[in-house]
Amino acid sequence: MNTVIFRTLAPFLTALMLLFSLFVLLRGHNEPGGGFIGGLIAASALAIYGIARGIRPVRHALWFHPMTIAATGLFLACLAGLVSMVAAVPFMTGLWIYPSLFGVEIPLSTVMLFDFGVYLVVVGAITSIALALEREDF
Amino acid sequence: MATPAASAIDLSKALVLAPAPLDSWLVVLPVAWCLLAGAVLLMLRKKVAAQPFLAVAALLVLVVLDALLLWTVATGGPVTMVMGRWLPPFGIAFTVDLTGALFALTSSLIALAGGLYAAGDIGASGRRYGFYPFLLLLMAGVSGTFLTGDIFNLYVWFEVLLIASFGLLVLGSEPRQIDGAVKYAFLNLVATTLFLIAVGYLYGLFGTLNMADIAVKAAERRAELPLMVLATLFVLAFGMKAAAFPVNFWLPASYHTPRIVVAALFAGLLTKVGVYSLVRVMVMLFPVEGEALSFVVAAVATATMIYGALAAIGQSDIRRLLGYLVISGIGVMLAGVAVGGPGGVGGALFYALHSMVVMTALYMAAGVAGRLAGTFDLNAAGGLYGKAAYFSALSLVLFLAVAGMPPFSGFWPKVMVAKAAIDIGAWWLAAAVLGSGFLTTIAVGRVWTLAYWRPSARSTVIDAAPGASALVPLSLLAAVSVLVGLFPDLLLTQIQAAAALLSEPSAYVNSVFPEAGR
Repeated sequence: MNTVIFRTLAPFLTALMLLFSLFVLLRGHNEPGGGFIGGLIAASALAIYGIARGIRPVRHALWFHPMTIAATGLFLACLAGLVSMVAAVPFMTGLWIYPSLFGVEIPLSTVMLFDFGVYLVVVGAITSIALALEREDF
Repeated sequence: MATPAASAIDLSKALVLAPAPLDSWLVVLPVAWCLLAGAVLLMLRKKVAAQPFLAVAALLVLVVLDALLLWTVATGGPVTMVMGRWLPPFGIAFTVDLTGALFALTSSLIALAGGLYAAGDIGASGRRYGFYPFLLLLMAGVSGTFLTGDIFNLYVWFEVLLIASFGLLVLGSEPRQIDGAVKYAFLNLVATTLFLIAVGYLYGLFGTLNMADIAVKAAERRAELPLMVLATLFVLAFGMKAAAFPVNFWLPASYHTPRIVVAALFAGLLTKVGVYSLVRVMVMLFPVEGEALSFVVAAVATATMIYGALAAIGQSDIRRLLGYLVISGIGVMLAGVAVGGPGGVGGALFYALHSMVVMTALYMAAGVAGRLAGTFDLNAAGGLYGKAAYFSALSLVLFLAVAGMPPFSGFWPKVMVAKAAIDIGAWWLAAAVLGSGFLTTIAVGRVWTLAYWRPSARSTVIDAAPGASALVPLSLLAAVSVLVGLFPDLLLTQIQAAAALLSEPSAYVNSVFPEAGR
């Protein structure tokens, strides 16, 4: 797997896939996609980078430990459910706000926060497994 | 998407429009809190010194939440919250009745004791590996199981607690532990698959997964549906989870391998989750089929009680011996379920709560005994009474409690089960309950005589006294056992009410479907 072509192309491929994963994540509210599949695409992107360049550059690029990313995702997803408490509606009820930024209305919701949490859990957990499998010194 | 224009649609046909009061949040908070706290602990897992404090504080909050929940349920009847405010049976409902609240509170007490004990038992590497996040995740799964009112959701929480238990089981990564974990994982996955098949079958028959809905529909359409098959599948799956006799082999294969605090938590929580689900299905959802199966369950219960107690007598490793005592206790609970009626079911619930507290405490005591004696082998251990008198007294209390001696907590549920069995003429079942108590007395008496009473034969004497992190949770759990044994009335009234609610679930159903008669 250590060909020059692969090593040269891998960073571009990774960047493209990460961008695509975000697109899939945001599209998932009404169309096919969502946090889980987006997270899988992002994790594959990181895995490709890891196969091409080794796991140290991946860990360096991620900055946070993958498990910490997963924990943050779990925290956000749970928080998305608890926001409902303030609004006196049951757990996990979707709540929306429509702030407008430079005249453009941006719909934001707890559903999106939850999906983003799922995205982070999947990225963190799968990357953590992939990096552990890629490691050679046990 | 919920645009402002959507308000023209009549939402009352799909959504619960009444505001959710804060006390109904108590239904879901134990689970949500465990997940939140677990996530925070996972983020901070490198801060090994702070982990135990944070975890114990989080578990204290969990105990408070569960206590408030029990108070709410005991004073105001079952409480329901449907996720995402969808109308039941389409939304996933969390419904808590007295049974669920009692189990949830007891499990949180055990987790608190486990968190305290782990402060001295789990070292820096275990903490970095994630003992406490796994503990909180386990509690999320266990609480979810006790609080949910949706049978597929029950399956999901089973998976959550199973995954957490895998993590806890291999803490330390010794080959012996991996061996135990593989057996445990494989056999539990078989049971979970059976459970999933049964749930799929149930959904095919009823078109609903809401337990209240199932209870109503089962009563209405009993004649035309093959409910017997369904009930048998559930009983087999949950019996396997509970480690009932012919399908109990996963428990002795794995419980002696993990860290002692992990074994203590498993002994207190995992098998009882199986018993709880069995009671839910046999008594509340399919009472007629449960009645029809009661002879089989009674036979299984007898075999489980006697087998567990006899096998316990034959062990020389304290941890293995305790594993068989867990199995023997499961037999008593099953006997209560098989007898049925408020006395039988109440006895089973009472015994389950007692067993959660006492088995956890016994494993912890075994951990301290093993450290003091330098070995878990009964043939080599000795002289514990001379070394640590207070600890030995605590152990004796627990030994007597597990054997079912008065005035400790094991006595009353055994009386209830035995009396209920005699009342319906099943004298042999009552004899088995009493006989297994006798055999258990011999088994724990052996431990007491050999490990505590006998002078130490070992030349290398280990002087380390048991630390506060072990004695505090042990004293806590032993005190619960003694208090319940001395003043059983308060708990007994709640348990009888819980058993009555299970066999006549109209309050449970009304809580999910508030419009009377639906």
